[in-house]
Amino acid sequence: MTAAPAPAAVPQGPLVRVDGLDVEFPTQDTVLRAVENLSFHIDPGETLAVVGESGSGKSVTSLALMRLVEFGGGRIAGGSVAFRGRDGVVRDLAKADPEAMDKVRGNEIAMIFQEPMTSLNPVFTIGDQIGEAVRLHQGASRAEARAEALAMLEKVRIPGAKGLIDRHPHQLSGGMRQRVMIAMALACRPKLLVADEPTTALDVTIQAQILRLIRMLQDEMGMAVLFITHDMGVVAEVADRVLVMRHGRKVEEGTAQEIFARPQHPYTRALLAAVPRLGALAGEPLPRRFPLVVVNDSGGGSYTEAPPQDTVTGEAPVLEVKDLVTRFDVRRGIFGRLSGRVHAVEQVSFAVKAGETLALVGESGCGKSTTGRTIMQLQAANAGQILFHGRDLLAMGAQERRRMRQKIQYVFQDPFASLDPRLTVGFSIAEPLTTHNLASGRAVEERVAELLRDVGLSPDHARRYPHEFSGGQRQRICIARALASEPQVLIADEAVAALDVSIQAQIVNLLMELQETRGLSYIFISHDMAVVERVSHRVAVMYLGQIVEIGPRQAVFDHPAHPYTRRLMAAVPVADPARRDRDRPLLEGEIPSAIRAPGDPPEVRPLVEIGPGHFVARHPIGDFR
Amino acid sequence: MLEYLAKRLLGIIPVIFAISVVVFAFVHLLPGDPARLVAGLDASQEDVAAVRQSLGLEGPLWQQYLRFAGNAVQGDFGISLKTRRPVLTEIGERLMPTVWLTVFAMLWATVFGLLIGVLSAVKRGRWQDYGGMIVAVSGISFPSFWLGLLLIDLFSVRLGWLPTGGYGTWAHFVMPSFTLGLGVAAVMARFTRSAFVEIAREDYVRTARAKGVPEAFVIWKHTLRNALVPVITMTGLQFGFLLGGSIVVETVFSWPGLGRLLVDSVSYRDYPVIQAEILLFSLEFIFINLAVDVLYAFANPEIRYK
Repeated sequence: MTAAPAPAAVPQGPLVRVDGLDVEFPTQDTVLRAVENLSFHIDPGETLAVVGESGSGKSVTSLALMRLVEFGGGRIAGGSVAFRGRDGVVRDLAKADPEAMDKVRGNEIAMIFQEPMTSLNPVFTIGDQIGEAVRLHQGASRAEARAEALAMLEKVRIPGAKGLIDRHPHQLSGGMRQRVMIAMALACRPKLLVADEPTTALDVTIQAQILRLIRMLQDEMGMAVLFITHDMGVVAEVADRVLVMRHGRKVEEGTAQEIFARPQHPYTRALLAAVPRLGALAGEPLPRRFPLVVVNDSGGGSYTEAPPQDTVTGEAPVLEVKDLVTRFDVRRGIFGRLSGRVHAVEQVSFAVKAGETLALVGESGCGKSTTGRTIMQLQAANAGQILFHGRDLLAMGAQERRRMRQKIQYVFQDPFASLDPRLTVGFSIAEPLTTHNLASGRAVEERVAELLRDVGLSPDHARRYPHEFSGGQRQRICIARALASEPQVLIADEAVAALDVSIQAQIVNLLMELQETRGLSYIFISHDMAVVERVSHRVAVMYLGQIVEIGPRQAVFDHPAHPYTRRLMAAVPVADPARRDRDRPLLEGEIPSAIRAPGDPPEVRPLVEIGPGHFVARHPIGDFR
Repeated sequence: MLEYLAKRLLGIIPVIFAISVVVFAFVHLLPGDPARLVAGLDASQEDVAAVRQSLGLEGPLWQQYLRFAGNAVQGDFGISLKTRRPVLTEIGERLMPTVWLTVFAMLWATVFGLLIGVLSAVKRGRWQDYGGMIVAVSGISFPSFWLGLLLIDLFSVRLGWLPTGGYGTWAHFVMPSFTLGLGVAAVMARFTRSAFVEIAREDYVRTARAKGVPEAFVIWKHTLRNALVPVITMTGLQFGFLLGGSIVVETVFSWPGLGRLLVDSVSYRDYPVIQAEILLFSLEFIFINLAVDVLYAFANPEIRYK
C-alpha cells in the first residue's frame, strides 16, 4: 500500500483521482478488457455522473473503485485510484490490501445498487443491516447501532421508522428498500457515495423522490456522489459533471451544461438524440419517429427528422373494451378465508381504431399489464366485454376465440426470457404459423425469411439460437413472431423498457414503420411518458386499476387534466440541465394499494368529457379526493 | 407463527388416517388367507382360527379397521408372532439404539458436510474445492457394507482398538456412526456447496462487502444463513431415512436396532411387527417434515410471515 502523506494544510484537491485505470475479466481462453485507460477525478461534494449503454464499463468502473470487482471475477490490471481519506492521507485503493479496503468500504466510500429488491439480505431485519456498518466501523455497541439505525431511517424520511426497524426486507416496497439501502450506505457519513443505477428499477414518481433524497442528504453531509446511469434525464437532473463512456473508454467529459448544450463527440450527440424527451412533440397532434443519428467511427454523423405518423384509418374501432373488470382474490388463514381482493382492472373502457396507437401508462400495480393480459385472455376477466370488430371475445366458443386470438398478438418486456433458449429463432417464428395452420412446408420457411427481413434482420438468422443475439435483436425476433399470424392488433407490454436508449429508439421506430406499412393497431403499455409521447395517437392514464384520463395524446400531454397525470409528468426527469426544477411538487409517499376488503369495491363513475375525445375522472380515487 | 403451526398440525390428521388405512390394508393385500399363511399350510382349523383372532381378522373390514385403529391409538399393536411378546415392547427395545446411532451419525455428518461444503464453495475452482468434492463423491459411492467390513478388519481385528459389533459403550458407536454418516456427510457437502455458490452471487452479498463487512462475516453470517434454507430440508430427509434404521450397517455391526428387526420380521412374516414399524417410520417422517418446516420459518422470515 502506498501512503503518500499529504500536507494537512492543503485540504484542496480532488477526493478521488483515477488515473489510467484498466480492468480485466480473465475468461477461459481470453482476457476481456472491461475498462481501458480510464482517468477522471471527483471533487469533494460534487456529483459526477458516468453515463453509457450496457457494456460501456460504467458499472465495472464503480465496482473497481470499491475493489468489489475482484469478487465478480475481475481484476484491476493497471492504473491507480488515489483516494483522499478523512485523515487527509491519500491512498492508492488499486493497490490497498483487503483489510485496508474493509476499513474504506462502507466507511469512507459507500455504495447503493440498482436492485433494491435483491440488495438487502432477506434474513436480517433492516435495523440490523443498517446498524452493522456502524458497529463495524465505529465500534458502536448493539444499542448505539440501533439508535443510529433509527436516526438514519428518519433521515431518509421513512414514515413510522420506529415500527419498521424490526421488519424484514420483504415487508417493504421497492422505494422503501432503496431508502433503507441509502440509510445503510450513509450510516457512517462517507465522503463518497457510489450510486449504481439507484433508481432504474423504480417507478418515476418514486425515482423523483429518491433522487431528491440523495441530493438533500448530499447537501447535509457534504459528500461527493459518483452516479452511474444510462438515463440522460437522470443525468441532467443530478450531475455537476458528466463522463460519457463507451466500450470501456472515456468518450467525453465535461460539465453537465456543456455536455447537453454542446456535445463534442458524435457518440454523445447520438446518445442525446436517442433520448426520449418529454415535451419534444408539444404542439404536434401526431406521433413522430425518433430522429436517427448515424455515427461513423471517423467522427461524422448525419441527422434525419421523421415525418408525422398519420396512420389512423376508418372510424369503426378494431378493438373495443367495455367495462372490463379483473380482480384477484387474496386468501388467508387455515381455511383460506377470502381476506381481500386486488382490484387490478376496474371498469376499464377504451377503443382502438385501425392504424392507431393507444398508450396505457401508469406505474407498477396500476393494472396496465393486467389489462393487456386480460385482452389476450392470459387472464380471466370478471366482467365486461372485449369486442374485436364488434364481436365479443368473451362470449365466443373456444374454437372461434382461438381463431380470433391470432389477430391479437403480444410482445413482452423481457426479450431474454420470452424466447425459448433451446429452439432456433426460425422455429420460434414459425410456430404460430404451424399451430394455426397458416402455412406448411416451403411456405413456412419463406414466410419466416420475409418476417425476419421485415423486422430488419437477415433471413439466415433463422437457424441461430436466441443467445447469439443482442437484446435489441431479440426484441425484433419477438416482434417477427408476433407478426407471423398476421395480427391486426399488437399489444406491446413495456416492449422497449429493458433496452438501451439507442436500441429503444430503433425498436420504437420499427414498430411505427410496421404500423405504417401494415396498418397495425397498437396497445402500447408503458411507464415511460417520454416514449409514450413519441408513439401514441391517444393515451390512457391508469391509476389503481382505473383509467383516470384518456384522450388524444396532444390534449393529455399539453393539458393534463387529472392531478395524477400532472404528478406523473412532473416526476419525469427532463433531459436538459438548464430546465431542471429541483423544487417542483412531487407525489409524496407510496402509491396506495389496490387490495380492498371483500365487498368493498372502489367507487367508479363515468369519466367527464372536457375536450374533444378527452375524458377525465372527477370522482375520488386513492389519494386523489 | 402459531397459526402456521396449527395449520400444519391440522394438515397432518388426514395424512395419518391415510397411512393407517394403508398399513391396515397391508395384511389384506396378500394373496390368500393371511391367517392360513401365518399358521402354516398344515395347521389345524382351530389353529388358523386362533391366529385369525390374534391378528384381528374377524368380522367385516370396517370393524377390523376400527379395532386396529382403536388399539393402535392405545399403543397396542398386538403380539409378535415370533417372540409372543407385545409388539410395542419389541419395538421399544430396538428404538433407542437406532435413534442414538442416527443422532451421532447425523451430528458429525452435518458438521463436517457443512464445513467441507462451505470450504469448497469459497475456494471454488481451487484445490480445496476439488479435494472436498473428491471426498464427497467417494463418500457417496462407497458401499457401506464394504466400508464397515474394512473398518472392522482394521480397527477390531488388526489393531484391536474397537469392538467388532454390539451395543453398550461409547466405543461401540464409533464405527457404525462413521459408516452410517459418511454418505450423509458427502451429500451434505455437495448440497451445501451448490447452495452456497448460488447465494454468494446474490446482490445482498455484494451489499455486505460494500459495507466493509470482513470476508469471514460475509461467508459465515450473510451467505451461510441464506444457504442453510435448502440444506435444512436435506438434513431432515436424511434424518428420516436413517431413523428407519440402516439394514446394512445394523447387520454388519450386529446393532440391535429397528433395521434388523424389520429384516427379521419380514423373513418370519411377523405381520404385527411389520405393520407397527411401517406406521412408526411414517410418523417419524411426518414429524421430521414438520420440524423442518418450522426450522425453515426460523431461517427464512419470508415464510414466517406468510
